[in-house]
Amino acid sequence: MTETNNKNQKMVLKLVVIVIGMFGFGFALVPLYDVFCDITGINGKTNTTAASYQAVEIDESREVTVEFITRTNTGMPWEFRAETKRIKVHPGELNTVSFYVRNPASSDIVAQAIPSVSPGLAALYLNKTECFCFNQQPLDSGKEAYMPMQFYVDPQIPEDISYFTVQYTLYDVTARADGLETKTNPFMTTQSESGK
Amino acid sequence: MSKATEVMHPDEAAHGHDDHHDHHIPKGITRWLFTTNHKDIGTLYLWFAFIMFLIGGAMAMVIRAELFQPGLQIVEPNFFNQMTTVHGLIMVFGAVMPAFTGLANWLVPMMIGAPDMALPRMNNWSFWILPFAFLILLSSLFVEGGGPAFGWTFYAPLSTTYSSDSTALFVFSVHIMGISSIMGAINVIVTIFNMRAPGMTWMKMPLFVWTWLITAFLLIAVMPVLAGAVTMVLTDKFFGTSFFDAAGGGDPVMFQHIFWFFGHPEVYIMILPAFGIISQIIPTFSRKRLFGYASMVYATASIALLSFIVWAHHMFTTGMPLFAEMFFMFATMLISVPTGVKVFNWVATMWRGSLSFEIPMLFAIAFIVLFTIGGLSGLMLAITPVDFQYHDTYFVVAHFHYVLVTGAIFSIMAAVYYWLPKWTGKMFDITLAKWHFWCSLISVNVLFFPMHFVGLAGMPRRIPDYSLQFADFNKWISIGGFAFGLSQLIFLALLIKACKKQGEPVSDQVWEGAEGLEWEIPSPAPYHTFETPPVVK
Repeated sequence: MTETNNKNQKMVLKLVVIVIGMFGFGFALVPLYDVFCDITGINGKTNTTAASYQAVEIDESREVTVEFITRTNTGMPWEFRAETKRIKVHPGELNTVSFYVRNPASSDIVAQAIPSVSPGLAALYLNKTECFCFNQQPLDSGKEAYMPMQFYVDPQIPEDISYFTVQYTLYDVTARADGLETKTNPFMTTQSESGK
Repeated sequence: MSKATEVMHPDEAAHGHDDHHDHHIPKGITRWLFTTNHKDIGTLYLWFAFIMFLIGGAMAMVIRAELFQPGLQIVEPNFFNQMTTVHGLIMVFGAVMPAFTGLANWLVPMMIGAPDMALPRMNNWSFWILPFAFLILLSSLFVEGGGPAFGWTFYAPLSTTYSSDSTALFVFSVHIMGISSIMGAINVIVTIFNMRAPGMTWMKMPLFVWTWLITAFLLIAVMPVLAGAVTMVLTDKFFGTSFFDAAGGGDPVMFQHIFWFFGHPEVYIMILPAFGIISQIIPTFSRKRLFGYASMVYATASIALLSFIVWAHHMFTTGMPLFAEMFFMFATMLISVPTGVKVFNWVATMWRGSLSFEIPMLFAIAFIVLFTIGGLSGLMLAITPVDFQYHDTYFVVAHFHYVLVTGAIFSIMAAVYYWLPKWTGKMFDITLAKWHFWCSLISVNVLFFPMHFVGLAGMPRRIPDYSLQFADFNKWISIGGFAFGLSQLIFLALLIKACKKQGEPVSDQVWEGAEGLEWEIPSPAPYHTFETPPVVK
């Protein structure tokens, strides 16, 4: 009987290892999906840190239209709009566009902008050298700001993508921003509450 | 035979073994609380599943009562959402899965000639934590803010940003259900690997044992992933992580990927044991061997493997790239091949068989026909472009109720009718059983068939109200629902009679064409069986 018990215990041990492994695998799926999407660029996520702009050849022969749209998440009171709705660029050319925000709420709020590119495959070719979305953006009550975004389109972009849309969604992250609400937004305009 | 003679004399075994091997049955409540006997635990599981089936069914009655007429009349929308959510959770984790585990407990040792499950004490634990899981889940309905109202699939951010605080109770109850299923699955695997009687080779195992073995592997592979998903929901909601929160760098679609990585194999966890049951019953009442035994085993294994690469067919409308949609569409359609093999084999078993239509056979035939209808609507849903129309409509509700109610639950009822005389030693009340079958069969189709039509016409699921043009169909659906619910009370009456041991005594074989080790032991099955392993030729 002890022989069977030993056999059973060994088998249970193996199965428990599988169970623990699969529990870990569930969590591992999170970075795995991110890596997978990063490589394939299939979920429209863009780079989250500044890309470098060095020795990029400008392809004068083509033009790509980039459209910018904005929205705010439920419960986020800011006004948020793209100053440039649509821009035609040559691949490889460095461009800067600006986004306007105003905090009409009575409290100071910290925001985080999350970009999403459609069609998703274009996300791989949008390189941002500077973006307000890289950091959380604090804004005092009643203030407004023009936030810049500098980018170039990778000249490698496939021929069939001639138009893509970048959408920014603003989230209220005041609750999880540590102490940022006391800071001043570097892009804040001097003539505050001008009601532009 | 040499192996068999090595096994101890029963008396010796009683001393050498540290489990309760008394040759009289303990009495009273402690028998059930402390039992390590696979038959007792099987009975506990089955009764628990049946009680959960009635509770989950009562919630379905609330849903159907609200939907009887357009407009809001009986319950608040938030309570309606709690009903659809908890109905789903109870039926999946409280009724279908425990019922299959109960059948495995009763039957697997008897079918492979083992004296008990390999890990009897763990068996006791895996049952007794289950009532607490559902106590926690049901009690969450009564706390402030109400119970879970985000659907049984608990998509983020519904279950994180927008859920009530009782989500913590939901998460812990799912954890406990998961632990229970995993322990049950480990027990089944170890039993089948190590406790088979001499001569019971892999390809001689009854198909119910085979399908349960494969199901058990699916369980230990995906229940931990579910546990991970609910844990992420818990930390996102209460501890400030952002697995699924875009503002913090997470992704709500990630939730669906993780959930359905569990969810799709889960679908097969709820149907593979059903395939096993039908493969036991059809040959008995056809008085023929099962057609294509080996192909049944391979088909089961292929379905299980394929189930891991089709999860995203639940997510066609999330904006996946075309290539991914095509891959998941074709992979999903591929599953219909091994499933088709199974249906073909059942029909081929009946072909030119000497058929008789006892109650288990009636349920088994109803299973084949109605499950196939559910399978075909599944094939329709697999087609990506049309899924954009069907997605989140009553067509989906019709599909999965055909495969789960007339599929999984009909197979469980077939199994209960088939083995009940072996368990109690008495034939059940056949008149009541016929009433139960015919009432269930007719009402279940009145209940679920019109859902196809309202679904195709665009009625969304999980909404307490609907457009006026759906009113007539919904009235019929509700009437079918009430009738199906009432029909199950006939089953309850029959089971109570059977447990009181009323009825005609049955022979050891019970059914004329029945073959297998469980039909060679006396009826009713003694408290301890196969203490000396049988030799399988």
